[in-house]
Amino acid sequence: MTESTKNNNRRKVLIGMTAAFGAAGIPFAATPFIAAWNPSAKAKALGAAVKVDISKIEEGQIVQVAWRKQPVFVLRHTKSSISSLPSVETKLADPNSLAIDEPYRDLYPTRSKSDEFSILAGVCTHLGCSPKYHPEVEPKPWDATWTGGFFCPCHGSMFDIVGRVFKGVPAPTNLKVPPHNFQGSILTIGEDKEIT
Amino acid sequence: MNTVFKWFNDRLPIVNTFERHLSKHPVPKKVNFWYLFGALASVVLIIQIISGIWLMMPYQNTEEGAFSSIEFIMRDVDYGWVIRYMHTTGASMFFAVVYLHMFRGLLYGSYKKPRELVWIFGMTIYLVMMAEGFLGYVLPYGQMSYWGAQVIISLFGAIPYIGESLEVWVRGDYYISGSTVSRFFALHVVALPLMLIALVFMHLVALHEVGAGNPEGIDIEEHLDQDGVPLDSVPFFPYKVLNALVGIGVFMTVFSIIMFFFPEAGGYFIEKANFEEANPLSTPEHIAPVWYYSPYYAMLRAVPDKLGGLIVMAGAIAILFVVPWLDRSKVNSIRYKGIFSKIAISLFAISFLTLGYLGTVPVTELRTLMSVICTAIYFLFFFLMPIYTSLESTKQPPERL
Repeated sequence: MTESTKNNNRRKVLIGMTAAFGAAGIPFAATPFIAAWNPSAKAKALGAAVKVDISKIEEGQIVQVAWRKQPVFVLRHTKSSISSLPSVETKLADPNSLAIDEPYRDLYPTRSKSDEFSILAGVCTHLGCSPKYHPEVEPKPWDATWTGGFFCPCHGSMFDIVGRVFKGVPAPTNLKVPPHNFQGSILTIGEDKEIT
Repeated sequence: MNTVFKWFNDRLPIVNTFERHLSKHPVPKKVNFWYLFGALASVVLIIQIISGIWLMMPYQNTEEGAFSSIEFIMRDVDYGWVIRYMHTTGASMFFAVVYLHMFRGLLYGSYKKPRELVWIFGMTIYLVMMAEGFLGYVLPYGQMSYWGAQVIISLFGAIPYIGESLEVWVRGDYYISGSTVSRFFALHVVALPLMLIALVFMHLVALHEVGAGNPEGIDIEEHLDQDGVPLDSVPFFPYKVLNALVGIGVFMTVFSIIMFFFPEAGGYFIEKANFEEANPLSTPEHIAPVWYYSPYYAMLRAVPDKLGGLIVMAGAIAILFVVPWLDRSKVNSIRYKGIFSKIAISLFAISFLTLGYLGTVPVTELRTLMSVICTAIYFLFFFLMPIYTSLESTKQPPERL
């Protein structure tokens, strides 16, 4: 081995080490720039629960409230609409909400903590538009056999009256059910001590 | 040469650069109007930068201030409405000339060897422009700004595993808020314009290295005079510059008519819902993107699957990057290509325009079916390109321009 090749090998090692040292610094240097895009402490602190007086909601009526600046639907079903729920199940992609983290599974067909009310995040699980409530049982431009539910005007996703998604629409999952609890006629959305 | 000029020229390559890139830069002597849109795009870029700087001064990048500061610009700032409409008209005209410029590339094979890098830099410019246009559209914080941003940011959510956290990271919040507006502002006015300018520079440097193409698709470098200058060329300055000035004059006339008389262009340049402040609780009955994104939006809607829609949409843009390697034809220009290429590019153009229309109107079953067919034609144009360009018989292009 000659003097010059020894030097060359030494150089290669030094270049490799220096480059590796420099490359190791990249994630450290990038950290503050990436982390600064996360929600700020202020944004994280927001999102307090909201209270709704449900005694004034009539059967078949829907009320929209804002929780974390996002629409939440509070819907009081009629007895007949609840009893008709099983009949639409053949049109649904996931009638038992198995694909999502369902907070009140197997409690009531309404998917909430009440046998009469549905509490649904009014945000389409496709691309975030707010679906519109169409309770009428009549043929619609988007579905000739419409039996009532939610229709998203943006991309045509359909949900039944308790927010379960239809087959063959772009939305992948059922509408989410936010944590909530009932105390008399007061419904609190965004807070439930039983599920933390 | 006077002494002051000499003093500068000894320290800065003024004469050298002027000669190399302007007065002695050879360009094909015969081209048609399709070769004007590159120059027009650079004019619009300058308009956007200047009007953008002026809009930045009164604009407020906060959730509370954004919408009202736009109204302030429109009503209370002297000539503020002209500057804003200049910027909104400029955005649409930028895409109009860039789409025509890109179609020119497809017609005359401008992407073919040795101009592959020119094409790729151009496509990257197009990609950055789409991001720039989207970010800018969010800034007025009207109803379409909000819901457009909601839909586009939700697209990130379709990515498996990391999607939902990526959405929060991009917004800087759990919903679209002031954090989103202020970061979009920083990206729209600093980060992306810097990238655009750098990319335009690289696009031109690469173009000047290999030379401009021509509608015959032939190589003018094959016939040189004794000084090594192509016989079928003229110097860029003054011939092309003066020629382009006439085109720019016509273009600016059209631009001004739109800016002064039809700045909303019937809801295509500025959508009606955007004159209403963002309301996170109510999606407008019909939301559609601005016309320059609508073909891709129609593709997104054609696929009844969240991730699938995203893949199709991204793929439609990604496939444009590899066109130089899909076209196997012996000739560059559509003038000498065979009948299959001619049919293919016609169907492609028709389906792209149809998708553009379908993306702006509400969905019905028939329209969804048409979107599916047009999306298929769009992709088949590219997927089948290696086959029809290598199989078809071509005509012999002339020797000289």
